[in-house]
Amino acid sequence: MAINKTNIMSKVIKILGTGCPKCKTMTGIVKEVVSENNIDATVEKVEDIMEIMKFNVMTTPALVIDDIITIKGRIPSKDEVLALLK
Amino acid sequence: MFDWIQNLADWLVYDVLNLTKGVHLAEALNFFIYDSIKILLLLFVIIFFMGIVNSYFPIDKVKNYLSRNKLYGLEYLMASLFGVVTPFCSCSSVPLFIGFVRGGIPLGVTFAFLITSPLVNEVAIGLFIGLFGLKTTIIYVVSGILLGTISGFILQKLKLEAYLTPWVKEVLANAQKEQDIFIAEKQSLKQRLSVIWSEVLNILKGVIPYVLVGIAIGGLMHGYIPEGFFEKYMAKDNLFAVPIATILAVPMYSNASGILPVAQVLVAKGIPIGTAIAFMMGVVGLSLPEAMLLKKVMTFKLIAIFFSVVTLCIIISGYLFNIIL
Repeated sequence: MAINKTNIMSKVIKILGTGCPKCKTMTGIVKEVVSENNIDATVEKVEDIMEIMKFNVMTTPALVIDDIITIKGRIPSKDEVLALLK
Repeated sequence: MFDWIQNLADWLVYDVLNLTKGVHLAEALNFFIYDSIKILLLLFVIIFFMGIVNSYFPIDKVKNYLSRNKLYGLEYLMASLFGVVTPFCSCSSVPLFIGFVRGGIPLGVTFAFLITSPLVNEVAIGLFIGLFGLKTTIIYVVSGILLGTISGFILQKLKLEAYLTPWVKEVLANAQKEQDIFIAEKQSLKQRLSVIWSEVLNILKGVIPYVLVGIAIGGLMHGYIPEGFFEKYMAKDNLFAVPIATILAVPMYSNASGILPVAQVLVAKGIPIGTAIAFMMGVVGLSLPEAMLLKKVMTFKLIAIFFSVVTLCIIISGYLFNIIL
């Protein structure tokens, strides 16, 4: 995992999903928000079911920011993601 | 209740487009406009309503409830009922399955949920009301719930834990009646509504193309296939019709939104409703992509048993429908 640990301000965003269309949509939205707003964050897709289950989510896609589950089972709007990342 | 839509369709086709009443093209177009508007409105209302229910009964609450309470046999019915209000996405079926197993919920109860959830969902209900009317919809919903309950019960009795994949068995061994710290999001109704609203639009956006294509095909068939055309081939007393229709349907993967409008025309042209419903249940409830996903948690044998039991129950309910309706 290429997480930049030297920069403590950098956020680690994980998108949990087994690869369904909804998960791809969410990844797209999150990546856009990050690049459009110059947010210092790494975006990582977690597709392995065993990894996903460590987060104890039952509905995908789920958005995890710094190991905290913020959204599960639905696609958020850009504004919502931005608010969560601020 | 829908008279105004018929008037609108008549006006558009006969007055605005100036087509002659009774001509195939005019009738097919009229049917398409009327059905599209009516069904999209119904879908909107049902999806919105289910969204509200689901907002107050999220899946984590359902799991905790089933995990915590001893229900003396009623847990199959409860799981099945919860399946109705939970929107189903086949890509969530695996995490959901693991979550349930981990919470100490019996395998059969988990199956009851997994069977009903795709079978009776908001889109299917909306389409059913629009195409077949309220009475048939109620029968479909009730039998869908019973189908999940009974199949779940049978699957539990078969003691299938041995056929889970090894890592799931491990999860099962460590299962506990855990109460996840579930912090219910404190949301005002206004916040909830904005989330529900965007979900409604998402779901509608996803199904509209299928619905419209389905209705268009239905519209064409409606205009061109003579009344009672199928009666010759698929009469009620043909004993093989129901099993053949069901077995053909299982591998088919279409979301209900495309298949239901076509099925409605088939029924109008003489296919017995029980046969058609068995077919639709096969299409909606079981699919190959779902089986592929489930391979991560179940051995091939377990998937085969699961699908066989559900298929059998669908066939039986198909016969029942043909007798009752």
